[in-house]
Amino acid sequence: MAILEQDMTKEAKEGVDQETVDAVAKLSGTYKHGWNTEIEMDYAPKGVNPDIVRLISEKNEEPEWMTEWRLQAFARWEKLDEPNWAMVNYPKIDFQDIFYYARPKSMEVKPKSLDEVDPKLLETYKKLGIPLKEQMILAGVEGAENAAPADGERKVAVDAVFDSVSVGTTFQKELEKAGVIFCSISEAIREHPELVKKYLGTVVPQSDNFYATLNSAVFSDGSFVYVPPGVRCPMELSTYFRINAENTGQFERTLIIADKGSYVSYLEGCTAPKRDTAQLHAAVVEIIVEEDAEVKYSTVQNWYPGDEDGKGGIYNFVTKRADCRGDRAKVMWTQVETGSAVTWKYPSCILRGDDSQGEFYSIAIANNHQQADTGTKMVHLGKRTKSRIVSKGISAGQAQNTYRGLVSMHPKAKESRNYTQCDSLLIGDKCGAHTVPYIEVKNNSSRVEHEATTSKVDDEQLFYCRQRGMDEEEAVALVVNGFCKEVLQALPMEFAMEAQSLVAISLEGSVG
Amino acid sequence: MALAQAKSDATEARLSGMQIPEGGAGWARAARQDALDRLTGMGLPQRRDEYWRFTNPAEFLKPETPRAEIALDAPGFDDTDVLRVVFTDGVFDADASDALSQEGLEIERFADAVTKDIHWIKGLLGVLETAGQDRVDRPFATFNTAFAEDGVVLRATGKVSKPVHVEYRRSDDTAEAVLRHMVRVEDGAELTLLESGVGASRLNTGMEVDIADRGVFRHVRMQGRDHERRAATHVFARLGEESTFKSFTLSLNGMMTRNEVIITLKGDDAVAHVAGAALGDGRDFHHDDTVFITHDAVNCESRQVFKKVLRNGATGVFQGKILVQPDAQKTDGYQISQSLLLDEDANFLAKPELEIYADDVQCSHGSTSGAIDETALFYLKSRGIPEDKAQDLLVLAFVAEALAEIEDEDLAETLRTQLAGWLERRR
Repeated sequence: MAILEQDMTKEAKEGVDQETVDAVAKLSGTYKHGWNTEIEMDYAPKGVNPDIVRLISEKNEEPEWMTEWRLQAFARWEKLDEPNWAMVNYPKIDFQDIFYYARPKSMEVKPKSLDEVDPKLLETYKKLGIPLKEQMILAGVEGAENAAPADGERKVAVDAVFDSVSVGTTFQKELEKAGVIFCSISEAIREHPELVKKYLGTVVPQSDNFYATLNSAVFSDGSFVYVPPGVRCPMELSTYFRINAENTGQFERTLIIADKGSYVSYLEGCTAPKRDTAQLHAAVVEIIVEEDAEVKYSTVQNWYPGDEDGKGGIYNFVTKRADCRGDRAKVMWTQVETGSAVTWKYPSCILRGDDSQGEFYSIAIANNHQQADTGTKMVHLGKRTKSRIVSKGISAGQAQNTYRGLVSMHPKAKESRNYTQCDSLLIGDKCGAHTVPYIEVKNNSSRVEHEATTSKVDDEQLFYCRQRGMDEEEAVALVVNGFCKEVLQALPMEFAMEAQSLVAISLEGSVG
Repeated sequence: MALAQAKSDATEARLSGMQIPEGGAGWARAARQDALDRLTGMGLPQRRDEYWRFTNPAEFLKPETPRAEIALDAPGFDDTDVLRVVFTDGVFDADASDALSQEGLEIERFADAVTKDIHWIKGLLGVLETAGQDRVDRPFATFNTAFAEDGVVLRATGKVSKPVHVEYRRSDDTAEAVLRHMVRVEDGAELTLLESGVGASRLNTGMEVDIADRGVFRHVRMQGRDHERRAATHVFARLGEESTFKSFTLSLNGMMTRNEVIITLKGDDAVAHVAGAALGDGRDFHHDDTVFITHDAVNCESRQVFKKVLRNGATGVFQGKILVQPDAQKTDGYQISQSLLLDEDANFLAKPELEIYADDVQCSHGSTSGAIDETALFYLKSRGIPEDKAQDLLVLAFVAEALAEIEDEDLAETLRTQLAGWLERRR
């Protein structure tokens, strides 16, 4: 055990080293999480039909109402058309040629504690720098380099999802003491049906859109968080998604409920191995924010983006939405989107409660043949609601990057406020940067401001960096980091470092 | 699929009993037939069409022309020395018009031009309209190409001193007018075109403007004052090297107006400015400015400035787009859309888009919406200006940036007077 721990410390240290700025020069521009875990898997048959839906439900030992709910969603999905309005191009997906359920064989009997989890799985997360050992703290965090973490260190509880199932959740006991429920959603359906029943599908309805509906029918696992009234969650919560199996779709569902006056910060990370064929990831995240509660949701999305010629990669079609139900509720989305071949993602805020607040900070980086169509929706329903959108899009290589957003001020949302800023940066002359904002104002006491600019990396800034001895790639990375600063600052510490280096790595090979 | 069916049903209903104009030269018949075929292919829009998200096309789809009261409308540009071309109920009115001759200008009726076997518009009719269907369908423009019988055809060969004023009049309360204007500004020539008047209970105008290198085209349009108006207008322009296109539209009330301007900057160093001010009062008012500017050459400049003042349930829409093609380096694109909402019920809907494929560009857009500035109002009141007058002043100041796009100070003054008069009557 001691040896293992030592190894992990070393690994974490290495991780930190890699994530420093000089890694930009050293790393050869390859996707560093592209390896594959050799592990025996259980698959459901390929394709999707009511039997598969029932099978997934059965595997998760779900009650009857849940199975019914899934089947309803499936019936709706069959009637829906795939959306085609986003500025993305990809070959038609054959939804019958995907595995909808893949589970490591060793997970057949649910491990009772982390010690029982298949070491291969633990190894996988270790390699990713995600500690599933409670005494470890996340790589990249301040103090991780010190051998003995001091008291009061920042702890992060992790729910690790491997293909279709949750492998384990850390710090559950400690969280329980505070009254916080943090577990996989399959566990929540079994253990806390009253909560799931009350909230599931209330923010993103079963038939919300094509991918969300598919997710409602076939979601296999995901995370569940409930923070009781008045509780400030004692540590950061985090989910780490890993797609490993080939030809498999990952459909996870996250449900976060912040009850009155509570606070929680939630992190999400994702990676996948390099594969020649594209893989589908269609997740749904629902967040319910009650009166005076606050939720921070941060994502570093680093799915496999495909190779330089655009072969393979993850199709990331995600529906994320937060509902500020109570007065003075607050939600903040921060996302760093560097991976995925195709991204289609619009984390949204419904500002229902009076004086509620929504914030959206985003960096979307697209290189090579990546395509990103991402943005947010701010729906102002309550009085004096506020929202702020800061979006930075960076395109390099032959990539296309689109900001698409909606700001809607309803007639009753008196004296509300929105400020939107979306900037695009172009590196190279074969890429594209696009902005598609929708603004709908239906009362006059609200103010809406929208600004957008598109430009290329400033030659003068580059020249300045170059004459100080930086090479061109470093200089671009520095300028880009400066361009993204506003968003990077909104990220929790754990992610800020990783995100900063990701920004540099994702842009490699885009200069010269 | 349901949408496609609805579109095809609407098209069938709208076109039932309609035939493309008979006669005309072979090339004109071919252009009209081609337009009709394309129109049946794309179908007329429905509310669910993304490009019609903010504006309900229903008024333009009804097979019968809606009835509209004939209200007195003061003709615009009375103080300007113009060459007047009048269309009454959509037909050229020779008695009311000036003689069609002017130095440096070839001018004739569209109805005459399409009968000639050899005519320069042969290579233009429907050409810019077809090219302007890039990325989005504009079925009402195609409808115009297929069915327009009359209009004015202008070819400027030198600097035309007097503006041409196209005035629309109406004598019938269910008149429907489909008019097509064709403009060519030759190398180094200059032309100013003015438009005003009611036209019809339902008006569809289309204009194709081809500006050769170093040509200058100015367009000032007045849609108003207080009458029921349903108008779908399209201006398609293609700009050559170092050429200039400047357009300004003032819209005062009217029921349902959709003004689309589609510009392609084809020659290097060309400049295109499109501006507009719309003032609306009442739930009936719905005004939509839809602009699509394509940069397809190096070092071009484009500017879009749109201001809307809305109250009593009025709705203002702005859909603007700047598309920069891969080789259109050194592009300077600017776009601003602002609305001033004078009371609680007004609506402003906007979609300011950028689509950029070149890296050495400077593009920006801004959009704001809000109420009148209380501090400014208070300041004026504290200086002894009555509240309503103070508000008018602030409204005029708000639209000033758009009006500044009109180069000719006399024309700008004419529009300012119209605007002030409207505000006065609407108190």
